[in-house]
Amino acid sequence: MAEMKAQRNAYGEALAELAEERKDIVVMDADLAHATMTSIFADKYPDRFFNAGIAEQNLMGMACGMARTGLTVFASTFAMFGAGRAYEIVRNAVCYSKSNVKIALSHSGLCVGEDGGSHQCLEDIALMRILPGMKVIVPCDWVEVKKAVRAAAAVDGPVYLRIARPPVPAITDESTPFEIGKANVLRDGKDVAIITCGLIAHEALKAADILKEQGVDAAVINMHTIKPLDTEIIMKYAHKCGKIVTAEEHLLAGGLGSAVAEAIIGKANPKFAMVGVNDTFGRSGKPDELFAAFGIDSKAIVEKCKSLL
Amino acid sequence: MEKSELKAKAQEFRKEIIDMLFASKSGHPGGSLSCVELISAVYNKMKIDPKNPNWEERDRFVLSKGHAAPTLYCVLADYGYFPKEDLINLRQITSHLQGHPDNKKTPGVDMCTGSLGQGISSATGMALGAKYAKKDYKVYTVLGDGELQEGLVWEASMAAAHYKLDNLTVIIDNNGLQIDGSNDKVMSLGNLRAKFDAFGYKTFVVDGHDFDEINAALDAEVKGCPKCIIAKTVKGKGVSFMEDNFGWHGKVIGPDDYKAAMAELEVK
Repeated sequence: MAEMKAQRNAYGEALAELAEERKDIVVMDADLAHATMTSIFADKYPDRFFNAGIAEQNLMGMACGMARTGLTVFASTFAMFGAGRAYEIVRNAVCYSKSNVKIALSHSGLCVGEDGGSHQCLEDIALMRILPGMKVIVPCDWVEVKKAVRAAAAVDGPVYLRIARPPVPAITDESTPFEIGKANVLRDGKDVAIITCGLIAHEALKAADILKEQGVDAAVINMHTIKPLDTEIIMKYAHKCGKIVTAEEHLLAGGLGSAVAEAIIGKANPKFAMVGVNDTFGRSGKPDELFAAFGIDSKAIVEKCKSLL
Repeated sequence: MEKSELKAKAQEFRKEIIDMLFASKSGHPGGSLSCVELISAVYNKMKIDPKNPNWEERDRFVLSKGHAAPTLYCVLADYGYFPKEDLINLRQITSHLQGHPDNKKTPGVDMCTGSLGQGISSATGMALGAKYAKKDYKVYTVLGDGELQEGLVWEASMAAAHYKLDNLTVIIDNNGLQIDGSNDKVMSLGNLRAKFDAFGYKTFVVDGHDFDEINAALDAEVKGCPKCIIAKTVKGKGVSFMEDNFGWHGKVIGPDDYKAAMAELEVK
């Protein structure tokens, strides 16, 4: 297994790496540069880094104004505040005006850990994917974050990047392809297809291992782009396996599972189940403990898969 | 443009605003009429090329009080960004003239606005972008006074001072009224000049219907900090029964109102 690293560190590194060739990139933060790791960029390019202070609405509003002067702006803070508090500004300033702002929010999901429910954003995928014109990327590991930053910068228009806090092992490598809107099959299988994103891809692979020991051949699909969604691969596995389980670190309502359900309804009829957080807020704890407590770990995925067999 | 011409144009704009709002059977007469002189005076100073609306070196204008879109549209049409005939189709499904400004649809509109507080925030970002790129263009934004109740206005103001944006001019259309009544009744604004000064602006207070006073404030040299112009205005200015009457914030202009308003505006 590849090197352990936090997605947020890879995000800061990717920005600093890309900045050399992309002179149009500037980065903004809201007093969390040392947590979102935009500080890596800021240290290298202090003239291209702008702090909005603890003012997330203004972070998004200013990012939009800067983008309208021809810059490619990466705006970062925690998911809770960027997707939550600043939501209407993201909607009306960034998306409605079609501005070239990349909203890269770290500390998403339960893996925020000890800070607890007030800081664990489990709604962001839903909030961001329903905005017209917004692309939504949820990388599965730090290697994919680096590719996603580059791909997002190449898009003209708003992109949401969901970034996670804790160091985790990489499950992809440099050779794994990354194209916005095109999912990757991490493992092929014929009995059930697990469609996943973000850190839960790691849990899905563990689940597939467990299922293998029990004689169940599970496919694992990394749906790193929630919007535009790779419906082709969903259809392929709906027909191939006849059973789909989605798994994500997000509320059941509105996230990856909902997006997949929207894609298949009326077009395919696989047995279908969703793994996610069921209509509740998070709590303090360690990421692994929380994944287990809220039923989104490998064990929960195994059980959900078996319920369809 | 000379003062006499600006005054004559302002009168024409008021008639066009009433025409547009009567035709659309919706929109915001009061706050559109109060900022006619402000927006026309700003455009008179701006470095623009209507034939090339996206000219990189242009000055930018952001109508933070986006509900006064009819006023902006009259001025833009007057400068030739689009035909004057378009004005009458304001808010119609076939029109590029949206209820609130939309940079995707209307030539000359620099930013989608209408969600209060957002315009000044985006204008601040534009001014910061100009500083970063070492460009010498200026950014102007007009806010309503009720809009100042939005926290985002003060977030943006803090940033404008922090980044020493002396290329940013924030103009307050201070007509004293908002949808539910007077500012004082709904949510007191307190000492606005002291507030803007405290946030790091160089603040000017002017009569917002007097071109001499507006021009003097627009021309005043300010270095190292953003400029704020608090313009004392009358909501509904130019139509007696709309003046200083919060009921005309977003009221539909009926046929009798239309006749009465136009009769007054023809005489003046």
